[in-house]
Amino acid sequence: MSTATGTRTIPYIAACTEALRQLLREDPDVFLAGEDVAGYGSVFGYTRGLLKEFGPKRVFDTPISEEGIVGLGVGSAACGLRPIIDIMFMDFIGECMDEIVNQMAKMRYMFGGKAKLPVTVCTMAGAGINLAAQHSQSLESWLCHVPGLKVVMPATAYDAKGLLIAAVHDDNPVFVIFNKRMLGVMGEVPEEMYEVPLGQARIARAGTNFTIVATGRMLPEAMEAADTLASGGLDVEVIDPRTLQPFDTETVVNSVKKTHRALVVHEAVRFGGLGAEIAAQLQEEAFDYLDAPIGRVGAPFSPVPFSPALEKLYVPDAAKITAEVQRIVGKAG
Amino acid sequence: MDIPKAKLLDLHERMVRIRVFEEEAGKLMESARIPGALHLYVGEEAVASGVMCNLTDEDQITSTHRGHGHLVAKGGDFKKMYAELFGRATGYCNGKGGSMHISDMDLGMLGANGIVSAGPPIAMGAAFADKYKENGSVAVAFFGDGASNEGAFHEAANMAATWKLPLILLCENNGYGEFTPQARHQAVKDVADRAIGYGMPGAVVDGMDAIAVYEAAGEAIARARRGEGPTLLECKTYRFYDHVGIRGMGVSYRTDDEVLEWRKRDPIQLLEQRLTEAGVATTAELAAVHERTRAEALDAIKFAEESPFPEPDELLRDVYYVKA
Ligand SMILES: Cc1ncc(C[n+]2csc(CCOP(=O)(O)OP(=O)(O)O)c2C)c(N)n1
Ligand SMILES: [Mg+2]
Repeated sequence: MSTATGTRTIPYIAACTEALRQLLREDPDVFLAGEDVAGYGSVFGYTRGLLKEFGPKRVFDTPISEEGIVGLGVGSAACGLRPIIDIMFMDFIGECMDEIVNQMAKMRYMFGGKAKLPVTVCTMAGAGINLAAQHSQSLESWLCHVPGLKVVMPATAYDAKGLLIAAVHDDNPVFVIFNKRMLGVMGEVPEEMYEVPLGQARIARAGTNFTIVATGRMLPEAMEAADTLASGGLDVEVIDPRTLQPFDTETVVNSVKKTHRALVVHEAVRFGGLGAEIAAQLQEEAFDYLDAPIGRVGAPFSPVPFSPALEKLYVPDAAKITAEVQRIVGKAG
Repeated sequence: MDIPKAKLLDLHERMVRIRVFEEEAGKLMESARIPGALHLYVGEEAVASGVMCNLTDEDQITSTHRGHGHLVAKGGDFKKMYAELFGRATGYCNGKGGSMHISDMDLGMLGANGIVSAGPPIAMGAAFADKYKENGSVAVAFFGDGASNEGAFHEAANMAATWKLPLILLCENNGYGEFTPQARHQAVKDVADRAIGYGMPGAVVDGMDAIAVYEAAGEAIARARRGEGPTLLECKTYRFYDHVGIRGMGVSYRTDDEVLEWRKRDPIQLLEQRLTEAGVATTAELAAVHERTRAEALDAIKFAEESPFPEPDELLRDVYYVKA
């Protein structure tokens, strides 16, 4: 898919913008709407320049009306357009959960397959920059729990572009969950359009005797932990699921069959998080291969605290991951 | 002016307190002495102050992301406020809320809010409690022009009107929702026009004129206390600084001329002019309010910065109420 000639190293955020630009160029039925995505180019800056190139018919600001904005996506997708909707902070999906859960996710099924909803919702998750309890959450497991929705969480610049393009090309509702602390992360990104296929995990680092499954911004933390653990003689395989729904169970199961031990890491609250689902799938499909209980690292069971003194205890990091792996390995004897 | 002198001076002092608090807070943010992002209230002081001069600690308010001004005007303690902005254990929320969740339940301040338009339904619930308890109190929901486009506002308005709740829906129309001008986010010019759709009175007020706000809010609040139901008041105002911080991100979305035009109607200067012309206070007396407030703010900042951070066990405390 990618050619060596057209590949540059650019930040995650630029990869997002480039994907949007190419999608808007490619298909006149694609439009982009959200709060301050046009004139201001989004508060995160990732839609800057698009209004200028595509004009206000295709790139426009909406009122502060999240339920309306998602409804705009649902209704217009049902009627033949291919909307890209921006919900500024993931926390704000609270405002539009009915449109998401009871309309967007179910329309096709309820109508006996007669409706097609090629709508993409982009949103920004993640803690760690002192934005407190209502601007820092990772709520992906809410979405993964609802049949009818697809959910992706890019953890590299390459995936930000490729998953966003695949999401928009897909004829189903897809949530693309970016992470605000990853926007500046550099990565190699081909110039041309390419898709990162939905539902396919990536082995970010090959290893032989421990598996870490890490989503979103926990990927670089897990990679760092793997480096630390390597010096202690542990050869860790790190898997980035990339798509959370549908989940690529096979890649993870195959890895664990080889390594016999696993840890799942996400930024979201641990209780009821995706880690619980992945751990359950692993014990169902690879029980006989396991040498130790499957571990989970996630946020503690509290809202995200504002104070930096508390927030740094809250967000999982490489040190926590390393410690948890060592605990599991100790258990394995 | 048949407003008692003490009331006028009170009104002035509240406005100055907001201005000074915010100027110092803005400097703290832009010099990165405090973490996080602040939405400053400078330019809009007449609104919070004019309303709050009609309320007691028994009355409730809900605030917004731009919430410091509301808490200051309701009597908020500078030390606890700055300590919260610094994320310290001595802050209003033990450092766990920060700017966007600053609150003081004892003053009936039910929180700044990070969710736009989350306030009106909560204030409606507070007004319901007031009516239920027949305590004569009222609730005021502050919200922006942008917030008036959320379903939450409309549901709260309809319920309050239907049940004749003692609620004031106080729209602070500063002409922008973040960076989007009002004309591009709603087809009405006056948010107050929406009142008729819910069967409640609505009025437009000059939000740079503290006395006008004081009087209009006074009437609406008296009406609510009499049990005659809610009112939608729209105060036309302007934020002098950017959406976030003083200078913001440097992306232009409004003209310097526009900002200058509004700054000519600085609500504090307007009030000071009227107070001196009417002989209520001398220029020197008014200047003294600024000076002593500045000293108080600097002292409070020192207190905040020297305060300890919350202990680690604070992280999991107060997720739930636990019986003592
Ligand atoms: C539900 C929700 N949507 C969007 C935002 C992001 N946001 C924060 S402030 C703001 C603008 C609010 O405009 P307005 O109500 O007019 O208040 P102002 O900032 O002008 O005081 C927006 C869109 C949010 N915090 N919550
Ligand atoms: Mg506004």
